[in-house]
Amino acid sequence: MRAPHGLENGPRLDVDAVLANPEIRIVVCCGSGGVGKTTTAAALALRAAEEHGRRTVVLTIDPARRLAQSLGLTELDNTPRQVKGTHVDGGELQAMMLDMKRTFDEVVLQHTDPKRAEEIFANPFYQAMSSTFSGTQEYMAMEKLSQLRARDEWDLIVVDTPPSRSALDFLDAPARLSRFLDGRMLRLLLAPARAGGRSVFSLVSASFGLFSRTVTKILGTQLLSDLSGFVAALDSMFGGFRERAEQTYRVLQARETAFLVVASPEPDAIREADYFAGRLAAERMPLAGLVLNRLTTVEAPGLPADDTEAAIETLTEAGGQEVTVDVLRVHADLLERRALQERVSERFLTAHPGVPVVTVAAQPADVHDLDGLRAIGNAFI
Amino acid sequence: MTNRGYGWPARLHVVTGKGGTGKTTVAAALALGLARGGHRTLLIEVEARQGIAQLFGLDPLPYQERRVATPRGGGEVRALAVDAEAALLEYLELFYKLGIAGRALRKVGAVDFATTIAPGMRDVLLTGKVKEAVTRTADGRRVYDAVVLDAPPTGRIGRFLNVTAETARLAKVGPIKTQSEGVAAILRSPMTLVHVVTLLEEMPVQETTDAIDELTRLGLPIGTIIVNATRPPLLEGAKVTQAELRRGLTAAGLSTDRDTLAGLVTEARAHQTRVAVEASLRAELLALERPIIELPAWPGGITPESLEELADLLLAPAPTDETSDVT
Repeated sequence: MRAPHGLENGPRLDVDAVLANPEIRIVVCCGSGGVGKTTTAAALALRAAEEHGRRTVVLTIDPARRLAQSLGLTELDNTPRQVKGTHVDGGELQAMMLDMKRTFDEVVLQHTDPKRAEEIFANPFYQAMSSTFSGTQEYMAMEKLSQLRARDEWDLIVVDTPPSRSALDFLDAPARLSRFLDGRMLRLLLAPARAGGRSVFSLVSASFGLFSRTVTKILGTQLLSDLSGFVAALDSMFGGFRERAEQTYRVLQARETAFLVVASPEPDAIREADYFAGRLAAERMPLAGLVLNRLTTVEAPGLPADDTEAAIETLTEAGGQEVTVDVLRVHADLLERRALQERVSERFLTAHPGVPVVTVAAQPADVHDLDGLRAIGNAFI
Repeated sequence: MTNRGYGWPARLHVVTGKGGTGKTTVAAALALGLARGGHRTLLIEVEARQGIAQLFGLDPLPYQERRVATPRGGGEVRALAVDAEAALLEYLELFYKLGIAGRALRKVGAVDFATTIAPGMRDVLLTGKVKEAVTRTADGRRVYDAVVLDAPPTGRIGRFLNVTAETARLAKVGPIKTQSEGVAAILRSPMTLVHVVTLLEEMPVQETTDAIDELTRLGLPIGTIIVNATRPPLLEGAKVTQAELRRGLTAAGLSTDRDTLAGLVTEARAHQTRVAVEASLRAELLALERPIIELPAWPGGITPESLEELADLLLAPAPTDETSDVT
């Protein structure tokens, strides 16, 4: 694969070395939405299993329907399933799709007794939070990663990250969620509940009178009692939540983890990738490299843009060469797009000269079978 | 206002689409087009992405409406980045004259709390601000002729717009309920249209179909499907051979070495594969039986001029519509 000229000088990402390294147990694919993260994660996992004989599981978040089917992910049961049709020799490939609500339920069940868990599940706040809290998906993806790691059944776990508004959400969400669950506001609301008080604010000191009146006025009493019930029920789990979030964070910093930033050569995706690489460095998280996905391939590089444009003009004037003219138009469009992609990608290369890069050619059709994933795996090389 | 152009009879235009499809660009072009001829429009974003500022090459927008563009022929586009926290404080100030208590709420984390615990509540605040802008009047006249919302992506749009359902679970009575009902009434009225931006790629088309199903189920009014970044379907069904290319290149005075010929054929066939995929995706979109507008790819990036051209295309009368000159 011809790399953008800037890439030829920089270090090249050796994907096989990452996948074959027995010390690497977790590969996290991150990047902004729409860059082919899920497909990349699936292709990496398949390659690790087939070419490197590793027992691999891939955790996907929101795969395209046909890709999900090709991985055998027809039901959402939140557990890894064997992928059929792989050619593994010693290795194995399992795949799963994250069910965020179910994962949250599992966490609750793990940290509390069944009776209390029932109360929590029935609470409207829990229902809202477990299915829609802005960081829940990110938090639960990391939680699932911890669970898979704890089972110790695989040599390698490949994780796709949620299609967040920002690629960084999955790093921040666990901390935000635990901060929130542990926050002052909650403790304030919790104080009377802990004391077994009937009214939410009955035991709050007089100086909070204004505050409590305001809150009651805005939120209404029914809502407050649901909230207080939710908070009281979750109280026993606070410690567990925080501990798990911190533990996952440490795993992400460890040598056993390799981050791959996935980007397409477009301004928004490159901007996110740039930001992400900087952030990983700041958090001391191990960035293995950049996967520059969906790069336009020029198959006839010997025919430059100016010659192409001149020929289109000549032939259009002369007439009778419609097919050649259109083939040249396609070629001119590819050249233009490729040049633009290289300019856009330069931004990342300049900002992170030491980060290894691998390019993957744009596929003419969407990938939704194992052969397509193998083709992408081969393109890494 | 005058409802100009086919498919844009609403006053509130909600623009959604999968991430990466260019919905911010489309929303901006629409706001620009609808402002033409001396109108005033407001372009709103709600996801703290500062996409509008980036598009117009401005510093990050504050929580304040300010002019970002002047369309051809006069008029004004203003933009606003709505922030849930600021919207909550503004709302509290407006209805409860909180003053110090408002600051106290912020200090103990109540604002953070209210805007994060229940995304439903957060969405009521955001859409509440949108409603306020849509209905705002000054001196007995509407302040904005049209409001264009750069909305959350397709995966979250149903939940975002279905504010009453989300808050009803949490707030059975009280001001939050009243507020969300007011917002819901506007969103389901003929004043509103939800437009979906897509690309001719598998995931965006799948999400467009899913979003339209969901919006239909929720009773939200669906407007136009905007297919962004399309390319002309060159070589559709054409037979490309090296022999023909050799003749053509020779006629143009170019060298016909084997690598170039083989390379051009490979490029042409890959393109034909793409064209076939796009044709089947286009058929899926047509089956949704909604008005469709196609916008071309803009490989060099979006400039003020290209926004004007996109606005031209968005506001052009539909070719099949004989009574398109709706005023």
